[in-house]
Order: sequence, then C-alpha cells, then structure tokens
Amino acid sequence: MKRLLKMSSEHLDFFYGDFQALTDISLEFYENEVTALIGPSGCGKSTLLRCLNRMNDLIPYSRAEGTILLGNQNIYDPDVDVVTLRRRIGMVFQKPNPFPKSVFDNVAYGLRVNGVRDRGHITNKVEQSLKHAALWDEVKDRLHDSALGLSGGQQQRLCIARAMAVEPEVLLMDEPCSALDPIATQKIEELIGRLKEDYTIIIVTHNMQQAARVSDITAFFYLGKLIEVGETDALFTRPKLKETEDYITGRFG
Amino acid sequence: MGNSVHTDIQYGRTPSRLEETRTRSMGRVRPGRAVQRRRKMLQSSVFGLFKISAAVNGAALVIIVYFLVANGWRAINWTFLSQPPLDSMTKGGILPCIVGTLCLSLGAIAVALPIGVASAIYLHEYARPGRVLRIIRLGINNLAGVPSVVFGLFGLAFFVVYMKMGVSILAGALTLGALTLPVIIGSAEEALRAVPDTYREASLGLGATKWQTIYKVVLPAALPGILTGAILGISRAAGETAPIMFTAAVFFTPSLPKSLFDEIMALPYHIYVLATAGTHIEQTRPLQYGTALVLIVLVLGLNLIAIIYRAHLRKKR
Repeated sequence: MKRLLKMSSEHLDFFYGDFQALTDISLEFYENEVTALIGPSGCGKSTLLRCLNRMNDLIPYSRAEGTILLGNQNIYDPDVDVVTLRRRIGMVFQKPNPFPKSVFDNVAYGLRVNGVRDRGHITNKVEQSLKHAALWDEVKDRLHDSALGLSGGQQQRLCIARAMAVEPEVLLMDEPCSALDPIATQKIEELIGRLKEDYTIIIVTHNMQQAARVSDITAFFYLGKLIEVGETDALFTRPKLKETEDYITGRFG
Repeated sequence: MGNSVHTDIQYGRTPSRLEETRTRSMGRVRPGRAVQRRRKMLQSSVFGLFKISAAVNGAALVIIVYFLVANGWRAINWTFLSQPPLDSMTKGGILPCIVGTLCLSLGAIAVALPIGVASAIYLHEYARPGRVLRIIRLGINNLAGVPSVVFGLFGLAFFVVYMKMGVSILAGALTLGALTLPVIIGSAEEALRAVPDTYREASLGLGATKWQTIYKVVLPAALPGILTGAILGISRAAGETAPIMFTAAVFFTPSLPKSLFDEIMALPYHIYVLATAGTHIEQTRPLQYGTALVLIVLVLGLNLIAIIYRAHLRKKR
C-alpha cells in the first residue's frame, strides 16, 4: 500500500520562555499509520504532540518556530483558524477527562459547538461514535447518566468517541493508557488498531511494549531532539544509534 | 486516652517514617516510654486547643441565636410580620423593613453577580498573567477591606447626588452591590480556578471556541462555587447598615415601595433606629429583638435556598 503523507513538522523549534523544549524537529506522519513518540520524561514528545494541534498556544510566553504542515497548509500561518484546526486534529488526553455532563452530551458536545443543530443527526452520530469506540454496548442504557459514573477505561473510550464524533483527520493521543489498568489498556490498544484504518494516529507513550504493540513507526526523543525514527519493528530490534538502544533496553530513562 | 487509637490510625504515616529512619540509621530509634508519654500529652493538649477554638466559634453562634430567640420570640406574631410600625414605632409591625431588606439584598445581588462573574472570567480566563493583573487583584483585595461606611458615603456622593437617583432602592442596591462585588469576584475566581484545565483542553481540542468553552463547560462546572460566593454576598448585603443609611433607608415610611426610586425601611437600620434614636427605647426593646430575629432568619433562609439549589446542581452531574 502506498503511504500518504498527512502531517509533517519541518525544523520545528519550541520554547517555553527561555527554555528550548524542542530543537529542529523534522518528522513525517502518514495516513492510516500509528506513529509512536517515545523517550524519557521531559524529552519533548508531549510538547511536539501539543504543537500539532496548537494546544501549546494556551501556555503563556511560549512560542514555536518552524513549520508544521497539515496537507499543504502550515498550521502556524497567521491566517489559520485555530478553532477549525483543532476540529480537524482530535486529541485524547493522559487522564480521562469527560465533561461533568451525561454520556450523550459528552459525545454530542463537539457536534453542537461546531454548529450541528439537527437532533436526528446528532443522535445517529453519537451512537456511531460510541460503537466505533467499542463502548456502545456498555453505555446504551445509561446514555443520560453522568459520564463521571463510568469506569476509568470506559471514560477514556468515551473521550475517544467524543474526539471521533467531529470526524477529525488526525488523532493525537497523549499517554492515553497511563491512568488505566491492564485490561482497560488492552481494550484501548485494540481500539487503536482498528481506528488507524480511518485516521492518522500519533501516540505518546511511556510504555515501550505499548509502542511496540500498537505503532507502525516509532520516533525516539531525547532532550528535545529527535534521535531516531523508523519502522517500529526495526527500531526495537535493530536500533541504529546507541542512545536509542540504551533507552529501549532500559539502561536509562 | 480514648483518642489515641483513633489518632494513630489517622496518622498512619508516622510509624512508617520511623521504620525508614530505623533502617537508615540502624540505631535505636524507638523512643523511650517517657518520651512517648510526653509526645502523647503534647498531642492531646494541642488537639484539645483546636477543639476549644472550634467550640468557641460554635458557641458564639448558638449564644447569639439563643439570646435573640429568648428575647424576641414573644414579639413575633402575624401583626408584627404583616403591618407597618404604628404609634411612633412602639406598636405595629415591620413589614416595610422586611420588604425593603429583601429588595435591597436581591437588588445588590442582581447588580453584583453578573459584574462579579464577568470580572472573574476576565481575570482568570482572559487576562494575561503579569503586572497589570496583579495590580487589578490588589485593587479588588483592598476594596474588600474598605469599611462599609465609606461605601455608604461613596453611594451618597455618587449614586444619590451625582447620578441624581436620590435616596432610593436603586441607589442602595448599587451601593450594596459595590460592597459585595469583591466577595463575589474572589469566590467566583476561586470557583473558576477549581475547574480542571483538562476540561478546557478537552473542549478546545474538539474545535470549541474559547467563549463556547467558558460558557458550556467552565461556567457550569464552576456554578456551585460561584453560588457559594453569591450566598456570602447576599448575607453580607442583607445585614449591612452603614451603606444604606445614606442611600436607601429612611427612619419611617408606612407604605411599601412602588418603584426602584422609592425610599424604604430596612431591617438593620430599623434595629439601629429603635435601639438608639427613638424616644421610647426601653419600651421598644422586644420589638428590637424581634426585628433582629427576623433579620437573622431571613439571612439564614436566603442561605438555605442557595445551599439547596447548589446541592441540586452538584447532584445533577
């Protein structure tokens, strides 16, 4: 199958005030692939992820230099509408963060804020998204109960359903399983395997087994730099650089 | 000591830290019996002090309420609640005062709540952290410390005279609103701060605008906390005397207000008048206690309504 380029960062630098968190990151993300970003804490992998939908704009005194392309568009161009951009690039966070609303309203939220008023359409889309996230059977009888009553794993799948309801093109996942137990983690990983048929997925993870299990491409970061990137199997079995090998074999980090 | 078992469980971390010390120093760390006894005595005496402090607080409230009820309940009957004062205020009731205080408190909240919440949203959600923000915060904190009589004089000079509102419900409500504004801003900001950033990120990540995020996610989540601020504000507004004595309240008016520009009677000012300024101070003593009791009940009632509504909101999540 031919690989289609979906997003790429080109010579991206990122600063929190005076601190340079990312240095000269050039990395490509392809459609229908899962790209895993790995590296020790503070290596910049989450920062990169949050540059991809400009979530870092929220942090005062931070700035990005360089280019991130989505299709042919530099998302840091001044004329880019961040709100539209974030609809096109969905995000799932480290801790499940459903709104203190009903299950239904959580999934419908993205549609409503994007101006969808047709109730029938919203209802269909909510059902479809929940089914897609493999949550429908568990919540179909409690759609109007609070989402905060769900288990952690269910909440995270709800967040994935919520992100998918607005039909993004790219799905960013920031350590989506770090707050979950192994069984819930397994469910999410299976879900990621199915979702990549429709989306470009970029996942940050601290868990190297997870990266090995779910991703097609793995990128290793250290101290704000991209050290090595390659097909996941190759990177884990035959890393080219010593730092990568040290990290994946657990010698540091 | 019946307490000690309970405290040991509560502070279960202490033994483990001791164990840690023991392994590290490999020395004798188990304190001797005398030391142990001294520590326990110290603990129970300090806890005892805390308990006394709490008890003093609770007792103050109970004593005040008991005092008012004991002295005032005889004054309270249907005539007292439904009639205006009669015979130089030695007889009759306090209906105009009740109505006046309700008008003033609700008016003050109607003024202060929207402005206060809007300010808090600006300060917490929009303003960039920096020197300007710090100066604004300092201003608000200082405003909260301004004596209420100064607000009264400000209301007299600005609303009553300069804005030509005259002594009226409107001028009083605006003055009380200004007085409660810092309380409301402070608690609303606190409520906004308590909303986790993950809610905001989740909403923005779905393509919501900042305003949609605030209106649909942040404000509903902060509402119970904001209401708490409103409760504090309304309680304070209802009981204030100094800000209304120049701006809204009058010594005596037999009729109920018909418009926002009418002057009114109010419970706290009425108590002041009965207790200090009348010609029959001794004679009206029961009426004074009765009025104070009504004021307290009114404030507690307003609080109760808000607390019930807040609990209802919390349950709905």
